[in-house]
Amino acid sequence: MSKIAVSTTVNGDPAEFLCDAGETLLDVLRGSLGLTGSKEGCASGDCGACTVMLNSQMVCSCLVLAVEAEGKSIATVEGVAEGSVLHPVQRQFLEHGALQCGFCTPGFIVAAKALLEVNPDPDETEIRYWLAGNLCRCTGYDKIVRAVSAAAAELRQDSKAQRSAA
Amino acid sequence: MTTLTYHAPRTREEAVALLAADPTAKVLSGGTDLIVQMRGGRAAPTAIVDIKNVSAMMSVLGNDGRYSIGAAMPCTGMLRDEGLCKAWPGVVEAANLIGSVQVRNRATMGGNLCNASPAADSIPALIAAGATVLIVGPSGIREVPVEQVPVAPGKTSLTAGEFVVEIRLPVRPARSSDAYLRSIPRTEMDIAVVGAGVSITLDEAGTCTAARVALGAVAPTAILVPEAGAALVGSKLDGAAMDAMAAAVRAACRPIDDKRGTAEYRTAMAGVLAKRTALIAAARAKGEA
Ligand SMILES: Cc1cc2nc3c(=O)[nH]c(=O)nc-3n(C[C@H](O)[C@H](O)[C@H](O)COP(=O)(O)OP(=O)(O)OC[C@H]3O[C@@H](n4cnc5c(N)ncnc54)[C@H](O)[C@@H]3O)c2cc1C
Ligand code: FES
Ligand code: FES
Repeated sequence: MSKIAVSTTVNGDPAEFLCDAGETLLDVLRGSLGLTGSKEGCASGDCGACTVMLNSQMVCSCLVLAVEAEGKSIATVEGVAEGSVLHPVQRQFLEHGALQCGFCTPGFIVAAKALLEVNPDPDETEIRYWLAGNLCRCTGYDKIVRAVSAAAAELRQDSKAQRSAA
Repeated sequence: MTTLTYHAPRTREEAVALLAADPTAKVLSGGTDLIVQMRGGRAAPTAIVDIKNVSAMMSVLGNDGRYSIGAAMPCTGMLRDEGLCKAWPGVVEAANLIGSVQVRNRATMGGNLCNASPAADSIPALIAAGATVLIVGPSGIREVPVEQVPVAPGKTSLTAGEFVVEIRLPVRPARSSDAYLRSIPRTEMDIAVVGAGVSITLDEAGTCTAARVALGAVAPTAILVPEAGAALVGSKLDGAAMDAMAAAVRAACRPIDDKRGTAEYRTAMAGVLAKRTALIAAARAKGEA
């Protein structure tokens, strides 16, 4: 069985892999690329634990074929922090205790970051709707919503500070 | 084990040739049904024909008030076309009730239609809108009304080698709009117990001059209910006309009992939901919503 060669960009760096036609992007991320941050909770699009950005759009990587990544850019939870500096969304998740087992967390972090990029000041309803495709069996969601609100406030402060410095 | 091949043709002709050459080949749009079905063993194609690289498959084109939506346009992509959202808010809202943001960034109306689920959300809205689809295949191109595409749960009227390239919405007259509502246990990420799409046109006095009512999840396929639309025409959407419309809706229902709702509940809810949907469409037609 001949494998398909795919070249793509993952978290800003060029990446190449070989895959079968039926393999999903999640299989390849976790397998040959060794990026095990994205989780497989359901493999059917329901839980969001596998959420990644594909050409700046958030998608379930369990519902994308690996071959579809050819020429595209992928961003995973591994690329959210800058080196050892956590992104405000990550820091606020820790601050608010927005995780218990942590299995859902990578998906929530990627999805919450994506929300704040398009809507810097979401209200609770907007946060809950945006995150409807991410399931958490532990926290009851409340602390997650508060962490995302706090991260939004922090990011707004940061951009205000940047504007007044400029 | 048979091997699976993946193709990403650039032209309609190549796509048709690939589909015609292999009777088990499957079209891939957003993959939000197909990949789940392959994982679950319900679909076992030997070839996948990804149509997203075929030109114009991922665009919305407005021309003289008509809209052509590429069959592989993701649901969320339609939100970026202001004119489309203004002319066909019901179609856009129905497509944007599908799944989660993650799902809608991939899922398409073409896939929703060709997956032919009785509960698919965009189909009743498209039927109410009077939408047609452009289908290409080995013997050329044909345009058919949306309601003629699904024929049974999971089955369409497409023949070997054919696929949907475009969804077409007609010119929106003055004082005319549409809406879609569904009844579900959760507000997101669930399957419709009942869905209702309504498109309404009013005259200057507020009298209904045309109406199309379509339902989802109450029959083996989404259905157009011409009697329900007819019950509204000539009225100002007063109580009696709305009751007659709801009665026509209930009479057209042939639902099943399942874990989401009994046949009796679905039938009763279809009437209620069609009324609510008609009121939203009418308010939009008057420019009030
Ligand atoms: C978590 C989750 C939640 C969901 N929620 C909803 C919901 O609320 N409402 C709802 O209606 N659906 C829902 N769905 C189902 C699915 O997302 C929709 O049906 C979607 O619109 C399918 O589009 P797609 O582009 O992903 O289709 P695909 O999976 O790519 O294709 C679906 C089928 O249609 C065929 N096909 C696709 N495009 C064409 C074409 N252009 N011509 C011919 N054949 C074609 C494919 O071969 C396949 O058989 C959900 C799915 C998931 C995973
Ligand atoms: S693993 Fe992809 S959505 Fe659950
Ligand atoms: S923290 Fe356990 S699933 Fe969310």
